[in-house]
Amino acid sequence: MHDSSAAVETHSPALRHHFADMEQQRDAASLGMWLFLSTEIMFFGGLFCAYLIYRYLHFNDFAAASQTLDIRLGAINTGVLILSSLTVALAVHAAQKGQRKPLVGYLLATLVLGLVFLGIKGVEYADKFEHHHVPGPSFHFESVPVKGHAEMPPAESSHAELFFSLYFAMTGMHALHMIIGIGLFSVLTFFAWKGRYTPEYNTPIENAGLYWHFVDIIWIYLFPLLYLISRHH
Amino acid sequence: MATAAFPASEREHYLNKDYGIRSWLLTTDHKRIALLYLLSITFFFFIGGFFALLIRLELLTPAGDLVQADTYNKLFTMHGQVMIFFFLIPSIPAVLGNFLVPLMIGAKDLAFPRINLLSWYLYIIAGVMMLHAMLTGGVDTGWTFYTPFSTAFSNTRVIEAGLSIFVAGFSSILTGLNFVVTIHRMRAPGMTWSRLPLFIWALYATSIIQLLGTPVLAITLVLVVLERAFHFGIFDPTQGGDPLLFQHLFWFYSHPAVYIMILPSMGVVTEIIACFSRKRIFGYKFVALASIGIAVLGFLVWAHHMFVAGISLYSALIFSILSYLVAVPSAIKVFNWTATMYKGSISFSTPMLYAFGFIGLFTMGGMTGLFLACLGVDVHVTDTYFVVAHFHYIMVGSAVMGYLGGMHFWWPKISGRMYPEGWGRLAALTVFIGFNLTFFPQFILGYMGMPRRYWQYPPEFQILNVLSTAGSTILAVGYVLPMVYFLWSMRYGKHATDNPWGAAGLEWKTASPPPTFNFDEPPQVSWEAYDYEHIPAPEEVPVAR
Amino acid sequence: MFQNFPLWPISASTMSGRVDALFIFLLVVCGFMTIAIFVLILFFAARYRRRPGFEAEQIEGSNALELTWSIVPLAIFMVIFTWGAVIYFQGRTPPQGADEIYVVAKQWMWKLQHEGGQREINELHVPVGRDIKMIMTSQDVIHSFYVPAFRIKQDVLPGRYTTAWFHATRAGTYHLFCAEYCGTQHSGMIGQVVVMEPAQYEAWLAGGTSGAPLAVTGQKLFAELGCSTCHRSDAQGRGPDLDGVFGKPVLLEDGRTVTVDEDYVRESILSPAAKVVKGFKPIMPTFQGIVSEEQVNALVAYVKSLAQPPPGQATRSANLAAPQTHTEQVH
Repeated sequence: MHDSSAAVETHSPALRHHFADMEQQRDAASLGMWLFLSTEIMFFGGLFCAYLIYRYLHFNDFAAASQTLDIRLGAINTGVLILSSLTVALAVHAAQKGQRKPLVGYLLATLVLGLVFLGIKGVEYADKFEHHHVPGPSFHFESVPVKGHAEMPPAESSHAELFFSLYFAMTGMHALHMIIGIGLFSVLTFFAWKGRYTPEYNTPIENAGLYWHFVDIIWIYLFPLLYLISRHH
Repeated sequence: MATAAFPASEREHYLNKDYGIRSWLLTTDHKRIALLYLLSITFFFFIGGFFALLIRLELLTPAGDLVQADTYNKLFTMHGQVMIFFFLIPSIPAVLGNFLVPLMIGAKDLAFPRINLLSWYLYIIAGVMMLHAMLTGGVDTGWTFYTPFSTAFSNTRVIEAGLSIFVAGFSSILTGLNFVVTIHRMRAPGMTWSRLPLFIWALYATSIIQLLGTPVLAITLVLVVLERAFHFGIFDPTQGGDPLLFQHLFWFYSHPAVYIMILPSMGVVTEIIACFSRKRIFGYKFVALASIGIAVLGFLVWAHHMFVAGISLYSALIFSILSYLVAVPSAIKVFNWTATMYKGSISFSTPMLYAFGFIGLFTMGGMTGLFLACLGVDVHVTDTYFVVAHFHYIMVGSAVMGYLGGMHFWWPKISGRMYPEGWGRLAALTVFIGFNLTFFPQFILGYMGMPRRYWQYPPEFQILNVLSTAGSTILAVGYVLPMVYFLWSMRYGKHATDNPWGAAGLEWKTASPPPTFNFDEPPQVSWEAYDYEHIPAPEEVPVAR
Repeated sequence: MFQNFPLWPISASTMSGRVDALFIFLLVVCGFMTIAIFVLILFFAARYRRRPGFEAEQIEGSNALELTWSIVPLAIFMVIFTWGAVIYFQGRTPPQGADEIYVVAKQWMWKLQHEGGQREINELHVPVGRDIKMIMTSQDVIHSFYVPAFRIKQDVLPGRYTTAWFHATRAGTYHLFCAEYCGTQHSGMIGQVVVMEPAQYEAWLAGGTSGAPLAVTGQKLFAELGCSTCHRSDAQGRGPDLDGVFGKPVLLEDGRTVTVDEDYVRESILSPAAKVVKGFKPIMPTFQGIVSEEQVNALVAYVKSLAQPPPGQATRSANLAAPQTHTEQVH
C-alpha cells in the first residue's frame, strides 16, 4: 500500500496510514486522550464551582442534608472504584506484556466493579427517592440536628433541596461517565478476547485506562465534598 | 513554481477519486469533510440570515405590525443561536481549517480522521435537533437564555434547543482536539513551530479555547435542562438558587467563544495580507504570541457582560481592567498588518479587498469594545443597540469578511477553479457598503437609548431603523452573489494552477485540487514562513473569465 | 440636536453630562486612531501598489515598534479605565439622605411606591434637583431599569434588592425602558419618569389617593402579621428588638457579622433560618408566599423608620457587634 518508497518495511497491521509510524500514532492518541480529559476537568469543574459557591453560602443546610447520605455505602463505593483502578492498571500491564488471558480477566474485573458501583449508587438513589429527597414537586426535607453540632439551626428546606439538586447533578454526571466507561470496557474486553491487543499495539487499553482513572478521581473528590461535611465529632 | 493549468479532470484528486453518496458520507478525507461542513454551515447561514431579514423588516416601523411579539422574540433568539453555534463557531475552523491544516503543515490528514467525521455527524445531529425545535414552537429566551426566564417562565422548546447546542459543542470540542494533536504531532520534517503559517497559530489558539471553554457551556446547558425538566432550583431564587450564577457560568464560555469566532478570521487575514503585499509578515513572533495572548486573556474577562447585573463594584473594576488588557494583543495585530503593507508590493484581488474590509471594520468594532469595557459608559449603552452594533462589527464585519476572504483565496485550491474576479470585487464592495449601512446607525440608536430585543419602539428611533433595514437588503445581495458565482465557477471557471496567487505555504506546493493524500511526496521544509523573497509574483493578477 | 431627527439623547441628570464627556473623549481618541489606521492603510495601498520594477522589501519586524504600540495604547486604555471607574463608582453609590422609591418589576410593568405611600404604575413622578434612590426587586424574572436621559441602568433581580440613584436636573418627561429581555411584552414594559418643579411636585403628592406613607403601611402589617408578638422592645421578646437596628452590624449564630440592610430584612422575612441572630432560637416562621413584594417593601420601610431606642431602657436587643470576644465557628 503506502509503504515508504525507500525500503520495504513491515509495519503493524494497526498502523493508520496517515501516520508515519506506530510511535507517532501512539503519541497522537495519548495526547488526544489527555486533551479530552482536560475538557472533562472543565466540565466537572463548572459543576464543582456551583457546588462550592452554594456550600459556602448555605453551609449549615448543606451539612444537615449531607447527613442523610449513607456514608458506609459511599465509602464502599470509593473502595470499589479504587480497586477497579488497580485492575485497570493491571490490565494495561498485561496488555503491554502481551498476556491475553490476564488482560481479559482484568478488563472484566474492572467492568464488574463498575457495575457494582452503579448498583450501590442505585440503592442510594432509591433510598433518596423513598425519603422524598429528590428535588422537585415531591421534595420534602425533615431537618434533624447535625450530629455533634447541636447549635446549628434546622436546615432551610429550599437550601437542602439545593444540596440534593447538586448531589444528583454531580453523582448523576459521574454515573453517566461510569456507564460510558463500562460500555467502553465491554467493547475492549471483546476485542482483547479476540487477540487484537499486542505489546506493539495496546493504545486503546492505555487510553481507556486513563479515562477510567479520571472518572475514579472525580469520585475521590465527590465523596468528601458531598458525604463528609462536618462529620467530625 | 507555477505550472501550466492542468485540467483537473485529467488526473486523480480528492474530488474525483470516488463518486457516490457513500464515498462522501463515510469519507475520512479531511478535505471532503471540509466540504460537507461547507454545505451545512451555508445552509444554516441562510436560515439565520432569513431570520435576520424578518427582524429588520419588523423594525421598519415602530409598531409591532409584521409578526406577533412572541414570534419576534423567537426570531432574534433563533437568529442568534443559529448564527453563533451553527455558522460562526464552526465556519473557518471546520471548513478552511479542516481543509488546510494538514496541507499547511505537510501531513496526509488530521490526527484523527474518523473523529473528524464524527464531529461533522454530531454537528448534523445538533442541527436536526435545532431545526426540529424551531419547527415545533421555537425558542424565545434570547441566545443567552438567562434564568429564571429560561428555566421557569418560557413556554418554548428550551430543553431541545439546549441539548442541540450541547451536541454542537461536542462537535466543536472534537474539532479543536483534532487540530491541537495534529499541529503538535504531525508537522512535516523541518516544519518547526516558528515556520508555521500564522493561520495555524491562530487555529491552535482557537482550538485551546474550544477545548477548555466549551465544556463549561456544556455543564451550564445540562444544569438548565435539569432545572427546567425536574424543577431543581439551582438558579431559582424562590428555591434558594441564584440567577447570577447562571450568568457567570454562561459567560465563562460565551466570552471566549467570541475569540473562537474571530481568531481564525485574523489568521486568514494574515495569510492574505502577506501574499498580496508579497512580503513576510511584520513581527511574526508578536502576531503568533498575540493569538495565544488573546486566547488566555479571553478567559479572564467574562463578567464585563454583567456590569449592571448586580455584581459587586470591585468585581466590576477587575473585569473592566482585564478587558482593557485583552484589547492590547488585538491592537498589536492590526498594527502588524498595517506595517506589513509598508514597502510591500500590493495588489487588490478580491481576497485582499476582504482583508482591507476586515481591518477597517475590526478596528471600528474593536474600538467600540473599548467603549463597552469602560464602566461609566457601559452603564448607559449595555443592553442597547450599541452592543448589537459592536458585536456585529466583529462577528459580521470582521469574522464573516475574513471567512469570505479566505474562501476566495483558497477557492482555487479547494475546487481547482478560479472564481470570476470582477464579480468577486463587486460582491466584496457590496458587502462592505451594505454592512456599514446596516450597522453603523445602530451605534447611534444605542447611545440614544434604544434597548435591544425590542419588537416595538418609540417613533423617534424610526429613521435610523429604516436606514439599517435598507442596508441589510444590500448586505443580503452581497452574500448571495458569491454563492452564485462559486457554484458557476465549478463548471465554467478558469482552471487553476497549483499556485495562482504566487503564495507562500505548503498547500500551494501541491496540485489544485490536491490529491487525496495531499502530497505526491512528503514535504521536507527548509525555508522560513512567508518566504516571498524567493517566490515570484504571478504573471498576472487573475481576472474574470 | 435636530428636533425631528435626534441623534443624541437628552441630558437630564447630574450623571448625564459626566457620561457624555467620557463618551466624547472616547469618540475623539478612538476616532483619531481609527482614522489614522485607515489613512495609513490607504496611503500604503496607493504608495506601494504593485508596479513593475519595484520589489517588496522583506522586513522582519521591530521590537521597539512592537513595544511602543503595545505600551502607548495600554496607557491610553488605563486613562479611559480610570475615568470610567470613577463615574461608575459615583453612579453606584447613592448619596446619603436620598428620597427612596421602592420599585417592583414584574412581567410586564413597573410598580413604584413612594415613601409617602403614593403608588404608580409605569410612571415615576419626582422633583427636580433632589437625590432619588430606587430600591428595586422583581417578582418574577430579571428586568432592568433604564432611563437613557439620566444615563442610568440597573438590572432588577428576583430574590434580592438592587439599587440605583439619580439627581434630575431638568423638568420633563423621559423614557423608562426595561432593558433586560423578560418575555413577550419586554418591549411593552415602557414607562416614563416625570420630573417636576418642586412646587408642582408637592401639588402632585398632595393630590390623588395615596394611602398611608409606606412605613405606616408597614407598621400596620407588622402588627397584623403578628411580628410584634416576638419582636418587642422589652426583655420578653422571642425575637430581636428592631429599634434602631437598621444599618448596624449584627452578630449571627454561626459567627458571621452582617449589616442590617434592605436585603437582610427581606431575607429575614422570607428565609428566616438563613441568618439567625446570636442568642435567639431559629423559631421565626417564613412569610414566603404570604406577603407580596410590595408588602415586603412596606415592612422594610417600617424597620428603617424605627428610631434609636431611648437610652437607659433595658432591652434584649439585637446583638450589635460590639468589641467582645466570641468563639468563631469552625467548620
